Amino acid sequence: MSTAFHEDEIIGAAYDARLMRRLMGYVRPYRAAVALAVVLLLLTSAASLVGPYIVRIAIDDHITPGRLEGLGVVILAYLGALTAAFVLRYAQTYMMARVGQHAMYDLRMELLTHLQRLSVGFYTRQPVGRLVTRVTNDIEALNEMITQGVVAIFGDLVTLVGIVAILLYLDWRLALATMLVLPAIILFTARFRAVAREAYRAIRVRLARINAFLNEHIMGMGIVQLFGREAREQARFEELNREHLVAGMASLRSFAVFHPVVGAMSAVAVAIIIAYGGAQALAGTISVGLVVAFVQYAQRFFEPIEDLAEKYNILQAAMASSERLFRLLDEPIEVEDPPAPLRADRVRGEIEFRNVWFAYESVPEHDWVLRDVSFRILPGESVAFVGHTGAGKSSIINLITRFYDPQQGCVLVDGSDVRGWDQRDLRRHIGLVLQDVFLFAGTIEDNIRLGTSSITSEQVRRAAEFVNAARFIERIPGGYQAQVQERGSTLSGGQKQLIAFARAIAHNPEVLLVLDEATSSVDTDTEILIQDALGRVMQNRTSIIIAHRLSTIQHVDRILVIHKGRIAEEGTHRELLSRGGIYTKLYHLQYRDQELRHDT
Amino acid sequence: MSRRLLGYVLGHRRAYLIGFALSLLSTGLSVTNPWVLRLAVDGIRAGAAPRLLVGLAAAYVGIALTGGFIRYHWRMKMLGAGRRIEYEIRNDYFAHLQRLHQAFFQHTRTGDLMARAINDLNTISRLVGVGIMHSFNTIFMFTAAGTLMFTIDPPLALVVMVILPMVSLVFVLLGRRIHRQYEQVQEQFSTLSARAQENFSGIRVVKAFAQESAEIATFGVINREYMERSLRLARTSGALWPAMTLILGGAAAAVLWQGGHAVVAGRITLGQLVQFFGYLMMLSWPMIALGWVATIVQQGLASMRRIETILDSRPAIAEPPESVRPERLRGEIEFRDVSFAYNGVPVLRGINLRIPGGATVAIVGPTGSGKTTLVSLIPRLFDPTGGAVLVDGIDVRRLSLAALRGSIGLVPQESFLFSDTLEGNLAFGVEGGDGSRVREAAETARLAPEVAGFPMGYQTVVGERGVTLSGGQKQRATIARALARDPEILILDDALSSVDTRTEEEILHALRRFMATRTSLIISHRISTVRGADLIVVLGDGRIVEQGTHDVLLASGGLYADLYQKQLLKEALEADEDSSQ
Repeated sequence: MSTAFHEDEIIGAAYDARLMRRLMGYVRPYRAAVALAVVLLLLTSAASLVGPYIVRIAIDDHITPGRLEGLGVVILAYLGALTAAFVLRYAQTYMMARVGQHAMYDLRMELLTHLQRLSVGFYTRQPVGRLVTRVTNDIEALNEMITQGVVAIFGDLVTLVGIVAILLYLDWRLALATMLVLPAIILFTARFRAVAREAYRAIRVRLARINAFLNEHIMGMGIVQLFGREAREQARFEELNREHLVAGMASLRSFAVFHPVVGAMSAVAVAIIIAYGGAQALAGTISVGLVVAFVQYAQRFFEPIEDLAEKYNILQAAMASSERLFRLLDEPIEVEDPPAPLRADRVRGEIEFRNVWFAYESVPEHDWVLRDVSFRILPGESVAFVGHTGAGKSSIINLITRFYDPQQGCVLVDGSDVRGWDQRDLRRHIGLVLQDVFLFAGTIEDNIRLGTSSITSEQVRRAAEFVNAARFIERIPGGYQAQVQERGSTLSGGQKQLIAFARAIAHNPEVLLVLDEATSSVDTDTEILIQDALGRVMQNRTSIIIAHRLSTIQHVDRILVIHKGRIAEEGTHRELLSRGGIYTKLYHLQYRDQELRHDT
Repeated sequence: MSRRLLGYVLGHRRAYLIGFALSLLSTGLSVTNPWVLRLAVDGIRAGAAPRLLVGLAAAYVGIALTGGFIRYHWRMKMLGAGRRIEYEIRNDYFAHLQRLHQAFFQHTRTGDLMARAINDLNTISRLVGVGIMHSFNTIFMFTAAGTLMFTIDPPLALVVMVILPMVSLVFVLLGRRIHRQYEQVQEQFSTLSARAQENFSGIRVVKAFAQESAEIATFGVINREYMERSLRLARTSGALWPAMTLILGGAAAAVLWQGGHAVVAGRITLGQLVQFFGYLMMLSWPMIALGWVATIVQQGLASMRRIETILDSRPAIAEPPESVRPERLRGEIEFRDVSFAYNGVPVLRGINLRIPGGATVAIVGPTGSGKTTLVSLIPRLFDPTGGAVLVDGIDVRRLSLAALRGSIGLVPQESFLFSDTLEGNLAFGVEGGDGSRVREAAETARLAPEVAGFPMGYQTVVGERGVTLSGGQKQRATIARALARDPEILILDDALSSVDTRTEEEILHALRRFMATRTSLIISHRISTVRGADLIVVLGDGRIVEQGTHDVLLASGGLYADLYQKQLLKEALEADEDSSQ
């Protein structure tokens, strides 16, 4: 059975120079801290290696000759070294944590800032969950690399070199004899690393299969039960589960072999010291204390080697994460501001489409949503766009707000191409009310004001009153300060629409764009409130409504009928009805019921 | 420990018992190594023959090798048992999920169910593996080394025995603080993720209201708080390992001081002092492990409780105790005063309907009128809250589930296919067989011509892992899947909505022969689909508002007639669109 993997499952090389260089760029601002950490690390290693050496002095200079005076000083020195090691190691760990956290903070901000500049089109292509993973877990993997990877590897190497140096200094012949086992250990560890990595990968892959199977079968459980497949699906699940068990056992075995073998090799080193070092001691060429110190050093020798093998996984995961992160950071910005963008304090609100051709697809030939659309809306005019589902109405809104750019033709606001404007300045003049109202976590007031701190609480209240939202908001416990629960699930669809109107009005735009949906879930009272609010917010500003409400289209200055990407008819409600064309059919299909509903 | 978990553990009692025995053996062997060192040191001091040292060196290696061999088997036994228990619980968990009813899955988030099967089982595996292994090993090690130390020199042993448990104590105390701060970091991490998610989901609003800078600022505040909490955690957790080293080093210093005096006073030999050092080193890891194991046990038990909430939930729809298993159902269906409420909201009320065997019945009505619920009651995806559904005059709650569902072919509204080959998907409800029935069903559902165009034919893998089928292809595959079962009752729940009108015509034509001998229920919005039915039932707000044949309903000028009018308009509009191209 073939299984395709999620992008996040792919694990590649543990070291990639290009990625590493770019990653190090995030550490560079903190190079002083890193340098300090490295110094601390060297000192820590030194301080933590004095133990066996002290033991040697204690034995040879004091215990063996039976001279107890001075032993206290030696032990105090040892305690001093221990305390120093404690402080130094702690300081070094914390330093690196600081560097890691700051680098992570910077990278996260850079990523989010970049994401804010990417176009709406980008977001429709990317699953939100994947983007969230980039901002959260992938960056976390880098932190692990900084705090536990690079520096710790360096630390292990320093300790290793330190032990070798001390042993050589104490007695180079015994040192070389002891280190006879070293090549075997290094080779074995390298081999183990490869096996363990493979085993780890196998577990991940099989767990991913279990995951996929479960996901699918929980969602399709009804089908499984209807078709009486429980027994066979159970068998398939157990098979996947068994494969996972087998992989787990293989990984278990590699570890169960590794630790005892390293232990045995370390025992060989100790045995060499006993036999060879002991013989030397008997001959009187070296002291007993030296033999004991050698044994203690030899026992510590293997910790850093074992450690190094485990750091490999961290590096590998970090490389894969950074690859994904950088790909996202390199994502080109599709809708960009010109070098000298246009800004304006106020706009008159004249909107024009000039021979606009537009498609969401990159290969538009087959899928034009708008075909050669031209129209002009005067300042202060209210216009409704109507059309059958999929006729291209909502793309009009997407083009005016410059969520997308047209392939041909141009969109103009106050006679200037929107591509010449500063995007954010342009959007400041446009109020947008979308079909599915998006509410953020926070209070109702926060949701009306959004992040525009210049809007006062008073203005928020006035906006809410203006659109008939104040009454229901004040009835909610907490009023404007009430927290919006789970994207507004406690609010009705109609209430959310009113909040969206208040949001648009509080920002006082010159142009208003409304995707207006007459949802069946809205009760009659709220429906009347919405209609009334809609009428009011359209006053004194250019308004473009993608209309689903009969009352709306009856009251606008002009109706444009979009049909298969073109403007097919134009006029007032009465004019269009009397013409008996597409609008008449649409009216009977979509709007007549609303009339009937209100008559009753 | 939970009773259920204990049951799983006891199922592997042999492995655990052998593991304990091996653990004892390995402990016994490891405590002899420092003893060998002692003999060597004392031998050197006494000026023994070099041959003795070679012998001791050989013994040292021999003990390590034997110990290693035992440790290998010990780990495999105990940790292996842990993995096997994980495997068993996961199987039982899935088996239980398969017994649970539809409503359960609508109430429970898929992600939660999956987290239990993956993350929680992982923690449980650690509890019954590493957790059990290390707790016993620590006890054995502590007892053995402790006893030996006391036989050498009780005062020195006392010093070690007082200092060492401090390692566990510090681990637990610091560990508790670390845990709390870690929770705070995790909490902020969730806030950060939630904020990012909100920003991405609401990007249109963010852009439309030019809120990018405000969003970046808000995110910055959350991000900074996350950093600060992480650093607070680092300040605590950074102390853990250095503190361990400090305590262990302190113990070594104390041994050196006290032991030095004891050696000079002649109470113990230098070799015995070295032996002491050996035990000190040997005990450090178990002491640390003890603190670590406490966390593992805590987390493992919490995970087991989460799994048990699922394992303890009872299937609301299960095989009746004395089920009726008819040879073959005729397919006569009756709804007798059926009502159904979902979460207290009435969906169906007072439905009375009799469908003779072999009849074709169409069900129409606006969205939310209860059509899907009505047909879901027949294969018992739900049970009615009032009244009864009968097939062949028997209440479905008395029929054997396998027999009932085995005679029904249902095509659901949402075409759900599994990531498998087309063949595997189409034969989903067929036991054995040579595949000819599957081919025939694919033929009837008008899927066969397209399958012939796929390079891999019926072996084409569909879904996430393979080719993406169009909505229409998926629907036809689900129809073929239902037909391949050769059911007595065929239920199509809006199953032709994604195929174009001409293909729909063809499918309906091919189906007619199939439906002639079977009871069929068809839910549809298209008049063209339902007009030929023996009976058309119009649902409105959970009740039957009209029923009759196409002509009768048209003449009566009710809801159905209105639907018909709209359909004509829509077709006219679509025709306009075609002509405008």
